[in-house]
Amino acid sequence: MNDTIQQNKLALFTENLTLSSLAFSNELKNDALTVLATNDFPTTRQEDWKYTRVGRIASIKSAQNQQNSSLSLPEMVDDSTLLFVFENGRFRADLSSSTIPTGIKINTLSSCKSDELSLVGSLVKLENQVFTALNTAYASDGILIHIERNQKITASIHVLNILSGENTASFTRNLIVCDDFSQAHIVQEYRSQGANLSVNNVITEVFVGANANLTIDKIQHEEQGNFAVLTEQVDQKKDSTFTINTITLDGTLVRNNLNIEVNGSNCESNLNGAYLLKDNQHVDNHTIVDHKVAHCLSNELYKGVIYDKATAVFNGKVFVRKDAQKINAFQSNGNVLMSDDASVNSKPELEIYADDVKCSHGSTTGQLDDEAIFYLRARGLSEKAARNLMVSAFIGDVLDKIENPSVLQMVQTIIQKKHGWEF
Amino acid sequence: MIKITNLHASIDGKEILKGLNLEVKAGEVHAIMGPNGAGKSTLASVLAGREEYEVTEGSVDFDGQDLLELSTEDRAREGLFLAFQYPVEIPGVSNVNFLRTALNEIREYRGQEQISAKDFMALVREKSAIVELDAKLASRSVNEGFSGGEKKRNEIFQMAMLAPKLAILDETDSGLDIDALRIVANGVNTLKSPNNATIVITHYQRLLDYIVPDFVHVLYNGKIVKSGPKELALELEEKGYDWIKAEVDAQ
Repeated sequence: MNDTIQQNKLALFTENLTLSSLAFSNELKNDALTVLATNDFPTTRQEDWKYTRVGRIASIKSAQNQQNSSLSLPEMVDDSTLLFVFENGRFRADLSSSTIPTGIKINTLSSCKSDELSLVGSLVKLENQVFTALNTAYASDGILIHIERNQKITASIHVLNILSGENTASFTRNLIVCDDFSQAHIVQEYRSQGANLSVNNVITEVFVGANANLTIDKIQHEEQGNFAVLTEQVDQKKDSTFTINTITLDGTLVRNNLNIEVNGSNCESNLNGAYLLKDNQHVDNHTIVDHKVAHCLSNELYKGVIYDKATAVFNGKVFVRKDAQKINAFQSNGNVLMSDDASVNSKPELEIYADDVKCSHGSTTGQLDDEAIFYLRARGLSEKAARNLMVSAFIGDVLDKIENPSVLQMVQTIIQKKHGWEF
Repeated sequence: MIKITNLHASIDGKEILKGLNLEVKAGEVHAIMGPNGAGKSTLASVLAGREEYEVTEGSVDFDGQDLLELSTEDRAREGLFLAFQYPVEIPGVSNVNFLRTALNEIREYRGQEQISAKDFMALVREKSAIVELDAKLASRSVNEGFSGGEKKRNEIFQMAMLAPKLAILDETDSGLDIDALRIVANGVNTLKSPNNATIVITHYQRLLDYIVPDFVHVLYNGKIVKSGPKELALELEEKGYDWIKAEVDAQ
């Protein structure tokens, strides 16, 4: 009975959507449709979705919005930044950079031929993954960033994904390919403008070649009333370094899936996350680091500050496979609850099948130290200033990992605007 | 400067201060001594505005203001400073950053302009020298990873930065070796002026060799039971507190 209702919801959800016309394989699209025909939206009975209810997404009467809005562009973009704007899953050439430096190829997926898109779907699994299947079946466009061998791209590549309008369902598919010995910095910014009851579904497949170094700053600040399910699936080859800073500052319901497969030795993977939630916001960070080979390092640090009735979920898994010896894997999640109604579900997990590794994981959840607040007040700080100082110090640990000054400035501006304090 | 009259205070329903009287005038240094559990730290906590303590009776006049009506931060802004017995470690909050915020909030309260970054740094250099606090410590996280002596020197450094009217040193000497004690005491003496006053709460007479008090008070069972000149401290050191306890209990 329940199943039928759910089934109807998924069918209803996809009713007005247009199938993807991107040039990647039809077989993949058909597989996705099969998944959609045989599955429901996930429920909290599924382990992966235990603490996140997607009912509000499922009940959107969704359509892909084809209208161009007049968008105001981010203030932070400096002259050297390459900017690519997508609105509701469609490329806005009018707002994007047209000159692209040598050493890098950037195309929209809609302009790519099928042989250029052979990597699409090669990393993400479709089976039982409704949101992945939705994206695969209905992706309207996306960006292909290809950093060529030995190229160090000094300009930041800023991919801005904007959600607009009511009941918009946006599906964007991205590919990032860093050839061997290349280096790049990419900002993936998610924002909305005048959007309500809209959902953003984005999958980014990332290939980090041997000795390549890629940093992604993922900045999320879609307005409240909107939903996001965002996935990065990463493949690391030997000697590579991959860093991702996931900063979640707004949105009603945000689910981040970050999956890193470390397929080569001597890799470094850095996963940093910060989330600042208020009102009834819900942010769910699911991460997987899969150490398949020896001699690698992964560092994971997620910290959250949760106000009001907001809820956060952290589920971080680290796998160390049987032959992956000499792995150093560190995982830490810290949360500060700023009200009696705030809550967090934190689940750090380690699965180790090798016997010569150094791994640690931990999770802390607490309130601000009253003794420290008293100490600061006894020096003349107001209670509010004392709390803000401590919160910014707590979250600053993660924000300090953002190396790019203009991204950091952007984050500071958003925090100042939304939460009224600086760090 | 401060006049404490018939102060009664309790925590969790247990009365700790039972009618304490004390007056401190500008330019004076008062030492409060007493056995463990007498209420010394409670007095410091109540004056600083720690909310766990309930004042059930009595009054505290601080330069014409009803101190007990002020919030903790407003007491600080009015010029009251408590050097903590156990300074709190606050990871991630830098000493100078927090002091600049504190100083500016105090100045705003007093209707003064914000201090410029240049003047502030000059002040940090000048005041950290008083307690021989390494400039690096001044910019590190508040008390994080500081040794016991460094924490206490940091308290006096903060006191120097904020230039209070009345400083209360709560067992600032506990856990200090002789060198650290000398540095801390020297800092306090340097900051002494005819316009400010100091209350030194201590368990040991040792500190009073360095910070010479004008008056010594003995706190026992929630009241000041004996006051005298600085020589009283020596007598206490020599004879302990039992004779005072006996004297009080006999009454």
